[in-house]
Amino acid sequence: MGRNRAALAAGQSYPHGTLDRLGCCKALKTDALRHTLAGDWPRRVYDPQTGEWREEINGAPFTGVIVGARADEEGSRSKERYFSPRNVQSDWEVDDQPPEIWNYYKTSFAPGTHVRIHPLLDWTELNLWEYIQREAIPVIPLYFNRGEGRRYRSLGCWPCTQPVESEARTVAEVVEELASGKFANVAERSGRAQDKDDGGTLETLRREGYM
Amino acid sequence: MATGVHQRQQLDVVVVGHEDHGKSTVIGRLLADTGSLPEGKLEEVRARCARSARPFEYAFLLDALKHEQAQGITIDTARCFFRTARRNYIVHDAPGHIEFLKNMATGAARADCALLVIDTLEGVQENSKRHGYILGMLGVRQLAVLINKMDRVDYRFEVYDAIRRQYGQFLAHLSVFPLAYIPISAREGVNLARRGGQTPWYDGPTVLEQLESFSRSGEALDKPFRMPVQDIYKFTEDDDDRRIIAGTVESGLVRVDDTVVFYPSGKRSAVKSIEAFSAPARREVGAGYAAGLTLSTQVYVRPGELLCKAGEPPPVVGSRFRASLFWMGRAPLVRDRTYRLRVGAAAVGVRLAEVRHVLDTTELSSLLHKQEVERHDVAECVLETVRPVAFDPHGELFATGRFVIVDGYEIAGCGVILAPEEARESLFAADLRRREHVWQRGHVSSEQRAARYGHTGKFIVFTGLPDAGKEALAKELERRLFDRGCATYFLGVGHLYAELAEGEHDKSLARDDEITHLGQLARVLADTGLLFITTLAEADDFEIERLRRLVAPHELFVVHVGEAVFARVQPDVTLPSRPDHASALAEIEASLSRHNVLRWDYSI
Repeated sequence: MGRNRAALAAGQSYPHGTLDRLGCCKALKTDALRHTLAGDWPRRVYDPQTGEWREEINGAPFTGVIVGARADEEGSRSKERYFSPRNVQSDWEVDDQPPEIWNYYKTSFAPGTHVRIHPLLDWTELNLWEYIQREAIPVIPLYFNRGEGRRYRSLGCWPCTQPVESEARTVAEVVEELASGKFANVAERSGRAQDKDDGGTLETLRREGYM
Repeated sequence: MATGVHQRQQLDVVVVGHEDHGKSTVIGRLLADTGSLPEGKLEEVRARCARSARPFEYAFLLDALKHEQAQGITIDTARCFFRTARRNYIVHDAPGHIEFLKNMATGAARADCALLVIDTLEGVQENSKRHGYILGMLGVRQLAVLINKMDRVDYRFEVYDAIRRQYGQFLAHLSVFPLAYIPISAREGVNLARRGGQTPWYDGPTVLEQLESFSRSGEALDKPFRMPVQDIYKFTEDDDDRRIIAGTVESGLVRVDDTVVFYPSGKRSAVKSIEAFSAPARREVGAGYAAGLTLSTQVYVRPGELLCKAGEPPPVVGSRFRASLFWMGRAPLVRDRTYRLRVGAAAVGVRLAEVRHVLDTTELSSLLHKQEVERHDVAECVLETVRPVAFDPHGELFATGRFVIVDGYEIAGCGVILAPEEARESLFAADLRRREHVWQRGHVSSEQRAARYGHTGKFIVFTGLPDAGKEALAKELERRLFDRGCATYFLGVGHLYAELAEGEHDKSLARDDEITHLGQLARVLADTGLLFITTLAEADDFEIERLRRLVAPHELFVVHVGEAVFARVQPDVTLPSRPDHASALAEIEASLSRHNVLRWDYSI
């Protein structure tokens, strides 16, 4: 992915730069994402053959992105579609989304459309951890308590992401905690500050391209 | 599944009904009464209501969950989740407003079951009916009707009963039979999670009991095997010549060694293996699974076919059927336009042949006579596809009897197939009849032209898979015939129509258009007495049959090169892949002579 070098150089970040939290999300995440997808900013692309990252300048625009967003994460995501088009201005027309009937999805697009594909839309956080457990998928250690009695349920930028108190040290313990333990009724992104500002914040961000 | 303990069943519920009849309150109350709210959410919303001196309502909970109170948006199907001891529920909150019917349909199409809310004060309203109809059409058979705001009518049985009778009568017209009519007060929490003493005359289930008794829409294992072919994966590395037929099994099951038939092509083979990525091979695969099959013989099929099992009831193959459909497009569904039909994995051109009736949802069952289907109409229509498709009437097999219609880039309609239709005359036949009717000729007859040129006009098509050597041979044939004095012309339509396809975003429609253009062109050129030669890669039986009809009264002469691809078409000449030109040309000429195309003896 690309980096918003300009915003970083100008100190446009939260909490030590000049921006508030939402401005920071927009500058560092939304703008960077849009330019990276459009290909007008350099991209870092992983080459599985060599195991190295190479920088790609002036790449072709990406016409689609596969995203792991889930409906149970927060309100605006619960309105998403499996195939969610963004128009030429890369706006999300949330009030005029394509119908998805049975297993028929919108799969033809006007030139210039960009599509977000959300295959995990109806998975829950618990489903995800059960899948990780079943398929023995490696995950990074921040998701586990490493002795401080805290762990992250959701990862984002450091200043806006708070760990939760938890004793779970393994995948099995995380599954247990989510299924019947203390988090059975606590939302995953409760540690994510941008969700908490007045209603519709994340929806505003998502309309502009936030993932 | 390895993680047995936590694999809880999940049920998709959609809550529908006319606007303001209390859907959000029902959901909010269910979330609260099943203890499914995030910690502190109830207190938070109560506190906010107290601060703004508003009475607390359960509907606010839902809004709070959706982060929507700032904009007041409730336009889409939003999902929320609750759980009981038995299983997890995903609740789709479908908007009641008419503008958002396509969102309602999106929510309902995913649902295993539905709760339809009717307000005692307003009674059965337009969207109560429309939603009932759409639920029926979408195949949501597990339906409970919640008669809400009973507290506002003193829990009187007469009010409940009148609505139950009226609405039941309407639904019966649609063959929809709710499993329960539950008198509730969502605001007071009566008969939702807990039974209230206010309705002693009611001995049916509470809403929660009713939900718990619904079952997951069955994966139809006991039905005939149906697998729409989504793609054919070819492997080339390390001499791997597998062709894997990929798709999701919609019903039934198939085992290794079973004989299978592709429809509409009718090609047969047997299952050699059931492939899996990074997993042990399986011996059988059933409904609900995405599968990849290899076959014991190499058959050429295209994506979009329906794979079935020999010995089981076959699907219908046809190009005309009667359907019940719901239209969501901004522009109405009209005749004389080609749309795209998606049924199973197939995508084909489709035209509206006939509107039988449009249901007037403002009245109980009266029918309107219209020639087009407007936005939000539900209608019974006859549709005709450009090429035959395989399907099942939805009453027999739901998954392969339902379709959507795409207009431009958008899904504009959805529906179910009621039955195949016989046409007195298809739209295609009518088009051809009109063309021949207005065809104007000069004074020179075909016989006179044949006598002059020494041959009749003919449309010669080289078919076969790419790289079989068709084009080089076709050009050689043109040279040879020309040198012998024939009037002949080779046209590489593949290149010509690549331009056409460029502008058409949809390959399947571009292909249909290409066949039609080519057939019309060949009809003219053959009429001039020309031996018109072209190549058509990957042509199948239907395309050749369509070309034959388009070029009539003239005839098609088929030269097939390489691997066999036809089930019914008998090529006039069949050649091996990359044939020797001298012997191939001799064979083609001999056949043309036998068919009385070439009128003198060419043998040297």
